[in-house]
Amino acid sequence: MSAVFDAVIIGAGPAGMAAAITLADHDARVLVLDEQAGPGGQIYRGVEEMSLTMPELFAALGPDYAHGDELAARFRNCGAEYRARAMVWQVIPGEEAHEVWVSQGGRSSRVLARSVLVATGAMERPVPVPGWTLPGAMTAGAIQVLLKSAGVVAEDLVIAGAGPLVYLLAAQCLAAGARPMAVLDTTPRGNLTAALPLLPGALRGKGPGYLAKGIGLKLALRREGVPVFSFVTDIALKGTSEVTDIAFKSRGRPLWLSAGVVALHEGVIPAQQMTRALGCAHEWDDVQRCFRPRTDGFGNSSVEGVLVAGDGGGIGGARAAEHEGRIAAAEMLRRAGKLDDAARDRLAAPERRGLAQHLAIRPFLDRLYAPPAWVRAPADEVMICRCEEVTAGAIRAAASAGAQGPNQAKSFLRTGMGACQGRMCGPVVSEIMAAAHGISVEQAGYYRIRPPLKPITVGELAEAELD
Amino acid sequence: MFRRLEDPRAEIEFDFEGRPVTAREGESVAAALLAAGLRGFRATAISGASRAPWCMMGVCFDCLMEIDGVASRQACMVTVTRGMHVRRQRGAKALDGAAAPFDDEEGDFA
Repeated sequence: MSAVFDAVIIGAGPAGMAAAITLADHDARVLVLDEQAGPGGQIYRGVEEMSLTMPELFAALGPDYAHGDELAARFRNCGAEYRARAMVWQVIPGEEAHEVWVSQGGRSSRVLARSVLVATGAMERPVPVPGWTLPGAMTAGAIQVLLKSAGVVAEDLVIAGAGPLVYLLAAQCLAAGARPMAVLDTTPRGNLTAALPLLPGALRGKGPGYLAKGIGLKLALRREGVPVFSFVTDIALKGTSEVTDIAFKSRGRPLWLSAGVVALHEGVIPAQQMTRALGCAHEWDDVQRCFRPRTDGFGNSSVEGVLVAGDGGGIGGARAAEHEGRIAAAEMLRRAGKLDDAARDRLAAPERRGLAQHLAIRPFLDRLYAPPAWVRAPADEVMICRCEEVTAGAIRAAASAGAQGPNQAKSFLRTGMGACQGRMCGPVVSEIMAAAHGISVEQAGYYRIRPPLKPITVGELAEAELD
Repeated sequence: MFRRLEDPRAEIEFDFEGRPVTAREGESVAAALLAAGLRGFRATAISGASRAPWCMMGVCFDCLMEIDGVASRQACMVTVTRGMHVRRQRGAKALDGAAAPFDDEEGDFA
């Protein structure tokens, strides 16, 4: 039996890297497992390689991305054990230690951990509109991944959606010399008025910096003459075997653009697959309209020894994620017996102050970019479960026929039983079931998630090594 | 459609359904094929509809391909390697581990 790690961290994004650095600084035995080829998570995707091989593009992506390179360098040198291309497919909570099952290079093995930090970050909210399953329909994040990890850009791109990422992506494409054809801003008119009273709060802490960045991005688009359509609704992607056009309304006026690639984006939500499978209690955020695992001030979930940091615990952004990672690290050091309560609190105190600075803008942003109603109540003909090809209308019919919640919809229709294991349809199915029964989404609940969290072959399972 | 920026990384070649495709070292199979002009990556098991990568970060499972004889692998999560064999797949994974391939005339590989 191999030794038990003081902490196993799942995910090498900002939260995971920051936590690992703090743990290693205090001589904890720490292991970081991450699915990607290099550290950085999605926000700093490909950052190490790009800074070396494509310095011009690296510079064009700006100082926020460059920060990720510094963080990754500190992480590489911190003394934490790091395994890249390592996919965690099950975590089993235990009394003495938690079991973490990980697949690497086609072989699975088990590691043991006193504490597990889930730092698996966010995913983009599904944007179910007509035609969103056609080749050429992608997320804004997908376009960013292509740019950051492969230096590949879209030539005939329309960006449609709401949230900071819409304008960031447009500006990054411009900086890379790939001019988007248009930006379709879906922020509803009502969001502006609802967010305005929260603006004073957004002027505290690091808020002004975020606001200035956002305004700068919008001005850059105007300067470059990229057409921006406001108050966009009724998006439909057109094409028979791939996207060729996008139809929409702007300020109620019907419009039509040719586009081979459409990036859709309606904000990001915590990736709940792992915390759900672990049995962590989740709560519903009615403004951001997403579930998030319930945590205390140190990142502890409802499952003993399982902590959550970063956007996986609620959306706060990359810099907030670092502070949360270090706060969780302080708690894991206490759990490992390396710090007493007072020392943990001393270590966490400056991180809490830093976190508050970065979160000051969130109530304003959350309200301004609260997803429009059509995202959570798509028309009957729109595909919701992409894997099993189940429409919103079929889910509503199942609700009428007696399906009480997402898990019964699954039994009726196979929604959530396809390859993505409900990642793509889950958030929408919960909304549809809640609306159909006139209950809250929290009451409607969410899919039960079961291992393996990602597919592994039966052969790999049979040959799994215990320790 | 996608295009590549100026890129000093080493070029490598892999096999896509019998045709050579050039990729850059370190990128994913999905990125390499999108850059090469591929639109449809697979046909679904239910309706046979054409699909391609949606998220590029391992969430959506719409980029499933047969890679080196193993079906239903996430092309966005697999780093492309020299000489790798990649095929589109129709529907679910076949029992022998290899997916049913597309006919040549159905290919929309530009």
